[in-house]
Amino acid sequence: MNKTVTIVDYGMGNLLSVTRAVAHCGARPRISESADEIAKAECLILPGVGAFADGMAGLRQRGLVETLIDYASSGRPLLAICLGMQMLLDESAEFGLCNGLGVVPGRVEAIPATSSDGAPHKVPHIGWADLRPPSETANGRWSGTVLAGLESGVSAYFVHSFTAMPDDPRHRLADADYNGRRITAAIRRGNVYGTQFHPEKSGPAGLRIMDNFLNLE
Amino acid sequence: MSRVRLMPRLDIKGPNLIKGIHLEGLRVIGDPNTYARKYYEAGADELIYMDIVASLYGRNNLTEIVERAARDVFVPMTVGGGIRSVADARTILRAGADKVAVNTAAVAQPELITEIARVFGSQCMVLSIEAKRTRDGAWEAFTDNGREHTGLDVVTWVRQGVEMGAGEILLTSVDREGTRRGFDIELVNAVATAVPVPVIASGGMGSVDDLVTVVGSGRADAVAMADILHYDRLSLAEVRDGVLAAGIEARRVFSDAA
Repeated sequence: MNKTVTIVDYGMGNLLSVTRAVAHCGARPRISESADEIAKAECLILPGVGAFADGMAGLRQRGLVETLIDYASSGRPLLAICLGMQMLLDESAEFGLCNGLGVVPGRVEAIPATSSDGAPHKVPHIGWADLRPPSETANGRWSGTVLAGLESGVSAYFVHSFTAMPDDPRHRLADADYNGRRITAAIRRGNVYGTQFHPEKSGPAGLRIMDNFLNLE
Repeated sequence: MSRVRLMPRLDIKGPNLIKGIHLEGLRVIGDPNTYARKYYEAGADELIYMDIVASLYGRNNLTEIVERAARDVFVPMTVGGGIRSVADARTILRAGADKVAVNTAAVAQPELITEIARVFGSQCMVLSIEAKRTRDGAWEAFTDNGREHTGLDVVTWVRQGVEMGAGEILLTSVDREGTRRGFDIELVNAVATAVPVPVIASGGMGSVDDLVTVVGSGRADAVAMADILHYDRLSLAEVRDGVLAAGIEARRVFSDAA
């Protein structure tokens, strides 16, 4: 595969792991904070670890907000990971309301501090959780997506305190369960994908997802 | 569904993987990357790297080791030892770490916890605690591999650290570390029930039963293990099978996942 994958550098977190995962799958990673390069990318990854407001500030400082919104509407593949996925939505409640990119309608909200039966549980949600097709949609919907070839119940690695709440259930690609609380594990709108989990940290299954993404048409 | 995370812990001195007893009397085990790859391939849920002399010398030489590991290891890595500032944290995160573990610098300047949590997210900020039992049945927090007193009560300090932004606790019992005598269950339970963030129990695992007890009675969310794996007394697969057989939830690893 000779595809060059542009990885957006906006000063947040772990670029190397994403870079290494891309290289492991046989593509050429290129880290960039240039609006021009990002606008012209053939394949884009928006990674991110950190706080929502800092992430958006990092994008603004580099003049990338409009660039990313335009890219997302171009039909070219975009994979947004963790904070990157959350920034796809309209707004987040983390540290006060903050606007996101608005590529996928919806909000980002705190994971409830209790399990569904009312018992306190740990937040952030850290660890491995099973991916399942959302209840609103039929099984089998993963074929042709970045989750193609994975079975319902496959585990992926999550580290987060907030979860995306897409307005449109059709934008949900996978859910996870955390003590009875619904976690949006993956979203999709056209060729724009978001994963709350970290494919680059989810072992062989995560590498499969990365490979699927790199082979999207 | 909460699942216990199985976390091989690699203590590093210079270029070497080492192991001690009570965090002292260090022996060289081998090349850390060899062990990291082996544990990744065996289904480790995360890896922990601790540069156990960094704070003594005020430097951090883990960056290269972490960078190299990130080529082959696609599960999360927590890295600690000698992290004194947001800039240090950024360096190690950009090298491929997912979380930083901070002990000495957090004791010296607790506001560092808040700064790291603010910039990278609280899930990234692991408060590392070296705990020793005191005569009155409590625990005191130590730094520098259990050498330096802080005067801080462990449970009080952990509560403060979490209020300031720590998203996870790496709780090492200096008394049990390297002894294979089992975890300090009371310590783990006291901390795990005091704070709403996950607690990684470290120090003393000699058998699968020890792990089952620290998750059950101790309420640990994750378990660090070192010499039981380094010396091949149990494989990670045997540990995982034992955990599942005891009815504790753990990630099921499918060898054909790729």
